[in-house]
Amino acid sequence: MSAVGGVVRSGVGRRRVQTVVVGLVVMLAVTAAVLGGSLMVASSAPFDRAFAQQNGAHLTAQFDAAKATAAQVSASAQAIGATASAGPFATTIISPDTARNRDSEPMTVVGRADPGGPVDAVSLISGRWVTGAGEIVLFSDGRLPEFFQPKVGDALSLPDLPGSPTLKVVGTARSVSETAGGWVMPDQIKALTAPGADSGYQMLYRLASAATAEQIDAARTTLLANVPAESLTGTRSWLVTRTNSAGNTVLYVPFLIAFGVLGVLMAVLIISNVIAGAVGMATRRIGILKALGFTPSQVVRAYLAQALIPASVGAVLGVVAGNALTVGVLAQTNRLYGTSDTGVSWWLDALVVAGALAMVAITAWAAASRAGRLRTVDALAVGRTKGLRHGHTAARLTARLPLPRPVSLGLAHPFARPARSATIIAAIAFGAAAATFAVGLGSTLNEVQATESHGDVIIHPGKRMSGPPPAGLPTEGQGRVAGGPPSPPDPVAVVRAITAQAGTAGYSGEADTQVTVAGLTNALDVLAYTGDNSSYGYRMIGGRWFSQANEIVVSTPFLTATRTKVGDSVVLTDHGVDITVRIVGEVFNTEDRGLQILTAATTLATAEPELRAMSYSIALKPGTDKAAYVKSLNTALESVEATAEVAEEDTAEFIIVVNALTTLLTLMLVVVAALGVLNMVVLETRERVHDLGVHKALGMTPRQTIAMVIASVVVTGLIGGAIGAPVGVLLQRTIATQMGNVTGFTLPASVVDVYQPMQLVLFGLGGLLIAVTGSLLPAGWAAKTRTATALRTE
Amino acid sequence: MTEPVIELHEVSRRYDGGPPALDSVSLRIAAGEAVAILGPSGSGKSTLLNLVAGLDRPSSGTVSVDGVRVDELGEAASARYRRAKVGMVFQFFNLLDDLTVADNVMLPAQLAGMARDQTRQRAADLLGKLGVAQHSRAYPGRLSGGERQRVAVARALMNRPALLLADEPTGALDTASGEDVQQLIKDLHADGQTIVLVTHDLALARACATRTIQLVDGRVAADTAMNRVR
Ligand SMILES: Nc1ncnc2c1ncn2[C@@H]1O[C@H](COP(=O)(O)OP(=O)(O)O)[C@@H](O)[C@H]1O
Ligand SMILES: [Mg+2]
Repeated sequence: MSAVGGVVRSGVGRRRVQTVVVGLVVMLAVTAAVLGGSLMVASSAPFDRAFAQQNGAHLTAQFDAAKATAAQVSASAQAIGATASAGPFATTIISPDTARNRDSEPMTVVGRADPGGPVDAVSLISGRWVTGAGEIVLFSDGRLPEFFQPKVGDALSLPDLPGSPTLKVVGTARSVSETAGGWVMPDQIKALTAPGADSGYQMLYRLASAATAEQIDAARTTLLANVPAESLTGTRSWLVTRTNSAGNTVLYVPFLIAFGVLGVLMAVLIISNVIAGAVGMATRRIGILKALGFTPSQVVRAYLAQALIPASVGAVLGVVAGNALTVGVLAQTNRLYGTSDTGVSWWLDALVVAGALAMVAITAWAAASRAGRLRTVDALAVGRTKGLRHGHTAARLTARLPLPRPVSLGLAHPFARPARSATIIAAIAFGAAAATFAVGLGSTLNEVQATESHGDVIIHPGKRMSGPPPAGLPTEGQGRVAGGPPSPPDPVAVVRAITAQAGTAGYSGEADTQVTVAGLTNALDVLAYTGDNSSYGYRMIGGRWFSQANEIVVSTPFLTATRTKVGDSVVLTDHGVDITVRIVGEVFNTEDRGLQILTAATTLATAEPELRAMSYSIALKPGTDKAAYVKSLNTALESVEATAEVAEEDTAEFIIVVNALTTLLTLMLVVVAALGVLNMVVLETRERVHDLGVHKALGMTPRQTIAMVIASVVVTGLIGGAIGAPVGVLLQRTIATQMGNVTGFTLPASVVDVYQPMQLVLFGLGGLLIAVTGSLLPAGWAAKTRTATALRTE
Repeated sequence: MTEPVIELHEVSRRYDGGPPALDSVSLRIAAGEAVAILGPSGSGKSTLLNLVAGLDRPSSGTVSVDGVRVDELGEAASARYRRAKVGMVFQFFNLLDDLTVADNVMLPAQLAGMARDQTRQRAADLLGKLGVAQHSRAYPGRLSGGERQRVAVARALMNRPALLLADEPTGALDTASGEDVQQLIKDLHADGQTIVLVTHDLALARACATRTIQLVDGRVAADTAMNRVR
């Protein structure tokens, strides 16, 4: 065996703690990097990725089967120069009922034998694809609340059809292109078409150039010219779908990316920190090796190998752990984005492992070559406490403190080696900063989520349905469902039910409509409020909530788009009636991409006298049992076309995942920081082993020894925490603000200022906790060292 | 003969696998004695001293000091035992380099929880008595070997131990400093201090000891009462 090999073997074996620490740290760092990297990949342009994964349809066209033949529809693909096409698929519109639900939305059903294909390869979320008669797969949007999610096993009855057949839900699937509300076997379409009702064909196209609305319009014009007159009943551009889908997802993306970056950054910093520490502290041994005739390059090789062996083991374990954890997280991002990522990309795994090992190699090489270049005598002198002058003042000062002597002795230790202490402080500060940042970011995300819930209980129009949400029928421009939105429930009956209900603190009714504003081409959503309080859950940024007719509250993108500010007046045009309104407040509201207008229903009274509230938000008195309230309210609403449900449960699962992710990352960061401390304290103890022997010979008990070792990290822990916590806050604020800027929203204070003062103190003390935790094991070992043996090491 | 302070009964100590460093040693040392343990390097002298100090445990046999079974003490109890009963002086001084002379000397009292003022006073007294008071604020690295050993002795005496154990106290010193320390030990014994002195220097033993015990290969080869050369 070569001399270098021998050194490596004994190094790995003898320095067991260091070997284990290096392996563990690399493992955790790789785990975090795989998870973080996957999150970054998954969150980059999620719609586009989901669209690409499904070969989404750039253009979806709906034809009247009475006016065009399947062959004509099929030929249209070549006519418009589509790069790929799918269809024609027979379509029909059904109005299903479920056991609990009468009179739900009409839904476009498409006949497809296969979810895959060259265009719109639908991803199955649950269950299986249809195989025969009486079966249906329903469209499911992962972002919708649980309430709306269809479930496998549900039955849809079709009372409008002869014989009132039923369809069994055998699966749910997601089409990023939103091409249907449900899918059945093609031969079933005929049976599902009511006598005399129109049946149609759906054709899906992918285009070579589809990046702009003009390009899509050009394709549409060509299509119109190449099919029989009036046979084309509707088209839908993927750009419209993309805009509609953006919604809140846009806000989450920067957060998830920030988490990802955090994981990767942590990996980079901690690996270099620990490796540099481990090798740097072997300087004395390196001196001995050189005295024995090792060349500097042999020394470097020995230490490279010594670091790389445990690092490789750690990296492999980390990749396994990272992949295992990522699968669960991807299930959630898939749900959120509609993507179909199944696992970590192989290139990401490779990149992370290669990156981690390269980092280990570089830092080990740098540290070892520095030690290798040291003059041998100097290297040998390292590790003797002799001649160290740094700590004297500190030792004198701490000796005066009214503390037990072992504690004051320990307190002075870090000052003896300021450079090493700085490294520990950096590790602790990083851990504290990362923990602070991660928790803050998680809170911010929770707060963003919280801004979406208005009130404790919501009343929706229509009866509870387990069927699909309105989706799928392509119409010109808008992409709304045929048959229009559901009709508003009787306001008198609803309000009577709400106010009669024990536990009601207040309510608002929301009617939605659209208006145009001078200078903006698209119509804007308006929420027109009735009721005694409408501001539930909204977070103000400036100004105030509206208090009378002709006052509106808007979000930052509205102000930006109309070049207005709070206090300005704007003219809304509603059904041809001009209404001059004053902007009295700026609020955080992501609806309609931040362009939604909030106002009192009375503002629109002249323009739309028939406008009635579609849904209601109810605030409950503190301590009211929400579930019981909803149950009893629903009983009261028996005869009304409305359903109450508990609010705020929307995408709860996603938030749970984010919180779990925060906890996981924070935990890993803290563990890694504590391992860094452990590593350093072990080395420190080894160096001081002789002094420890002396202390014990003079009567230091094991308990006093432990106190001394723990005290030796108190100062570093406190300083690390004191630096780390504010840095973490700063990072969180920067990222949150940045995120607002990127998306065009001004974030309310509740989203940005997420830390309580007490919390900050705790994060600061967290540094101390990390330090003490890291020192416990070595303190125990120090207490157990055999005095006689320790004294012999001279 | 007075009650023994130290009593070893059939004490053996072997370090993993090797021949025994101490082999069935029995001896008694009474209060007020100054015993020199003599023997070549590796004969087990330091091992014997460590056992008496409770720094190590015998593989078999018993070690009692003042009626207490030192070999049965736990870690904490043996630390407290050393604090109360034992002062140790080593060949290489074993002063803590990052503490001042005064802080070194005060340490045993501080570990024992003695009051601050008292500790300071006693340290100053001891340093004065041993003639190194002028160095009390200096760091050990600045002192000569002889001065360092004086500081070490002061530290050993801090808690007024019943036993002073010295392991080759002159081994690292030049002749003049060695004689200096020799005189110091003599004076301490004259004041009634019980001393166990490990050395391979016959002259030192003759000068200080009332009795010599010769160790060879971990066994007592001779145990001789001495008439001290005055
Ligand atoms: N901690 C130890 N581990 C292994 N062997 C030891 C240890 N301490 C002493 N020895 C061995 O025990 C024998 C006696 O040592 P020691 O008591 O130090 O002798 P002396 O002090 O007379 O020179 C020697 O052979 C020595 O190598
Ligand atoms: Mg010896």
